[in-house]
Amino acid sequence: MSSQKDLMIEMKSLNKWYDQFHVLKDINLSVKHGEKIVICGPSGSGKSTMIRCINRLEEFQKGELTVNSIPLNNDLKNIEAIRKDVGMVFQHFNLFPHLSILENLTLAPIRVKHIPKKEAIQMAMEYLEMVKIADQANKYPGQISGGQKQRVAIARSLCMKPKVLLFDEPTSALDPEMVKEVLDVMVDLAKEGMTMLCVTHEMGFAREVADRVVFMDQGTILEENTPHEFFSNPKHERAKEFLSQVIH
Amino acid sequence: MTLVNKFIYKFPVWLKKNLFNTPTNSIISIFAFALVWKLSVFILNYMVIGAVWSGSAKTCRELGGFCYPFLFEKARFIIFGFYPSEELWRPSLAMVQLFATLFYIKEPSRFGLKTFIYLTVSFLIFFWLIGGGLGLSAVTNDKWGGLPLTVMLAFIGILFSYPFGILLALARRSDLKILKTLSVCYIELIRGVPLISVLFMSSVMFPLFLPDGVNFDKLLRAQIAIIMFVSAYMAEVIRGGLASIEKGQYEAAQSLGLSYSQTMIYIIIPQAIRIVIPPTVNTAIGMFKDTSLVLIIALFDLLNTTKTAMRDANWLGFSLEGYVFVGLIYYIFCSLMSKYSKRLETEFLVKER
Amino acid sequence: MLKKILNDEKIRSTLVQGVGLLFICSVIYYFFINTQVNLTKQNIQTGFGFFKLESGFDISESIIDYWSDDTYLKALFAGILNTIKVALIGNVFAIILGVFIGIGSLSSNWIVKKVSTTYVEIVRNIPLLLQLFFWYAILTENLPDVKSAIEFLPNFFLTNRGLFIPFPVETMKFFYIFVGLCISCLSFFLLEKKRDLKTEETGLESPIWQRVNYLVFLIPVLIWLFTGSPTEMSLPSLVGFNFQGGYTFSPEFSALLVGLIIYTSAFNAEIARAGINSIDKGQWEAASSIGLSKKDTMSKIILPQALRVMVPPLTSQILNLTKNSSLAVAIGYPDFVSVTNTTMNQTGQAIECVFIIMVVYLSFSLLTSLVMNVFNNRFNKFERS
Repeated sequence: MSSQKDLMIEMKSLNKWYDQFHVLKDINLSVKHGEKIVICGPSGSGKSTMIRCINRLEEFQKGELTVNSIPLNNDLKNIEAIRKDVGMVFQHFNLFPHLSILENLTLAPIRVKHIPKKEAIQMAMEYLEMVKIADQANKYPGQISGGQKQRVAIARSLCMKPKVLLFDEPTSALDPEMVKEVLDVMVDLAKEGMTMLCVTHEMGFAREVADRVVFMDQGTILEENTPHEFFSNPKHERAKEFLSQVIH
Repeated sequence: MTLVNKFIYKFPVWLKKNLFNTPTNSIISIFAFALVWKLSVFILNYMVIGAVWSGSAKTCRELGGFCYPFLFEKARFIIFGFYPSEELWRPSLAMVQLFATLFYIKEPSRFGLKTFIYLTVSFLIFFWLIGGGLGLSAVTNDKWGGLPLTVMLAFIGILFSYPFGILLALARRSDLKILKTLSVCYIELIRGVPLISVLFMSSVMFPLFLPDGVNFDKLLRAQIAIIMFVSAYMAEVIRGGLASIEKGQYEAAQSLGLSYSQTMIYIIIPQAIRIVIPPTVNTAIGMFKDTSLVLIIALFDLLNTTKTAMRDANWLGFSLEGYVFVGLIYYIFCSLMSKYSKRLETEFLVKER
Repeated sequence: MLKKILNDEKIRSTLVQGVGLLFICSVIYYFFINTQVNLTKQNIQTGFGFFKLESGFDISESIIDYWSDDTYLKALFAGILNTIKVALIGNVFAIILGVFIGIGSLSSNWIVKKVSTTYVEIVRNIPLLLQLFFWYAILTENLPDVKSAIEFLPNFFLTNRGLFIPFPVETMKFFYIFVGLCISCLSFFLLEKKRDLKTEETGLESPIWQRVNYLVFLIPVLIWLFTGSPTEMSLPSLVGFNFQGGYTFSPEFSALLVGLIIYTSAFNAEIARAGINSIDKGQWEAASSIGLSKKDTMSKIILPQALRVMVPPLTSQILNLTKNSSLAVAIGYPDFVSVTNTTMNQTGQAIECVFIIMVVYLSFSLLTSLVMNVFNNRFNKFERS
């Protein structure tokens, strides 16, 4: 059993309701530093809602959530600290269309972390190099392709030096030929030791990179296992059903 | 195709297609053409061929055509009001530099704080030129009138209504119930009543609200009323823009750790303002026309100076000339503003692509 | 510990609101105190007691009987009726004219299109007040005086003091007949719709049904007979310096009405044009590919969808016309704002009068929105999910 301090994220009996609809039912999940978790399941199972609770994009009504030993509650200072440590990559990229790529990356470091502009630009260019898009630094989001946009989005969250990265179906909105370039970046990140929680349908990615696969349906975690075990020996009925319908 | 060939071949084809393609259409065309022809001939006769180009009021009355001498005599008063005649270069320069600034800022070089600063400086220069002080002789604001006054009331109204409008729109969208209710009440109240009543309110009620002795200059009262009025309309326009920004933008900003005000200032509002340029300029055009209402509280805007000019005992009975002239001025300004808005739109669209 | 409390999200927002509210309340309180002081200085009473006082001023035209020794309350009421009269008639014609011009601006006929768009261009870019002055000047300066009135129809006189027309003496009875006419028009419309549906169902055009529906127009005739077939008309005739009898359309009312209709119709035309344009080209294509005529396409496919889009901005224009009618004060038509303004000047009860103006116009807005919402809901029933 790993000690408390080892845990990056801990969810205890997390419950969330949208009005009367019980969308998250007693979720228990622990994520260690450096772990890569892939979360899968049918639509409407609450996967996105669950990871959005981690950076307070969604609020939960019951239970406990701790990120890097900081409890997530109504205390604004806690929320601020957690958001600095948690980065997110969205399905629809959400780049800021009126700012250039470089400005998209440097805005938060300059305004939130008060990093001097020169330093911020240098750091941004390094990350753009890493995601192989440094030559587009002065273009605008409207001028680049979907795959490029998502790589910029990843670089943007990296600029805040997060301790954990959340991915909310990062490749679902991409044309098939652009999926690989984004997945490659994600694999690189995984290899460098980043703690990652990824909601995705890309099972190939899960096989290659994930330490654990978490299967959710109708608001509960039905199965948790290593990728190998999960794909070859699914235990729960629903998991079997799901896998039979998805290419893995 | 040579010009002549074009005329011989293309024109009849175009005629047939556009005007005479069906029997009903042909009848309508003939009828409409006759109407337009009659109207054009009448206007041409009255305003050009049969018009009076020089002479006095007596000559005009005798000959009965459109009286240009009236306009030559009164144009200066209509445009500048009671402003001292030796200093007319000042309001002219003031307006020219203001328009130059507006023309300059339409280039999409960072539309943000800089724009606001440019405009504020331009307005300060405007006031200095018109009002005097610092080397120029002072001209009290009861002498300000005509076109400069209209321009001032309209543009200051729009400029100041922007920040208030943004605040009102944000308040209306906020989760804080009290703020939201106050904002909704203000917006719906102001939008539900005519501008006249807001003008009356300001000219009659403001003096009551303030302790005796604090004298609120009439022009200032009108300007405040106009700002209050436009803010409510701008708030709705901006609210529309804010609503059209997808939730993802807020979420991305939040997930990067930006605070509420940082999100608004750097991400949301810059986008919203661009989106709502067409309705904003529409509101501005409406405002420009609505400044004519200050006539009712006895301020000498462009329309009032025209009416006053028409009441000159030596030049009675030439109201048509007066109205046509001032109508033309309004028309030119409003059309230019529409074109300006279209340019702004395309410029900003190009930038983001 | 205090820091912890202050940083709590919920507490902070309540605190911010509390402070804001306190600030606004103190500002209002400051205004209130000053107003009290200033009013007592000028010896003005607060409250609506002045309603019962004799007004002492005349109103140049009014639907109800009003004389200068009537109360202020009656004066204000006369003003409200005058505003409603102008707003109702104005809006109906402004919408009809606007829709026509809007359709015209989309016409394939080049002249019609150009004339419509030019009309809209010019009218929209000139202030309403200027247009009102213009029409007023035409109606008062370019028409002959009462002595040389133009009698363009027997007993219809056009002068610079107004348009004088014959009017039935027993007004109430004719009002009932008018109501009967409205009912019969409405019933005819509904019955025709029913017949249309029946034709669609059975595929047969039934001529007998067609004739029967016209019988509804007997209703107003029957009412006329029932009320004793009144025929007496009051004819306008020149007595001394003015016309007596009949009904008068004052130049103030006419100028206001014409100005408002023309101005608002330009905006309505744009709305109609945008509404029709917003319908995807694909609808026209689909309609023509199944052989529908242009007329049928317009009336059965395009207009119904366009109307849905048009209702919200049209509602806005209806309210605009009602509010713009307040410009009447500049050309001397005694609308509600004008009467209230006179009251305010005479009694000094500024706050009460401004309050009344706001309440009345807000009520107009609310009423109009409620009514237009009915239309909105009807049209939205068939919206795509």
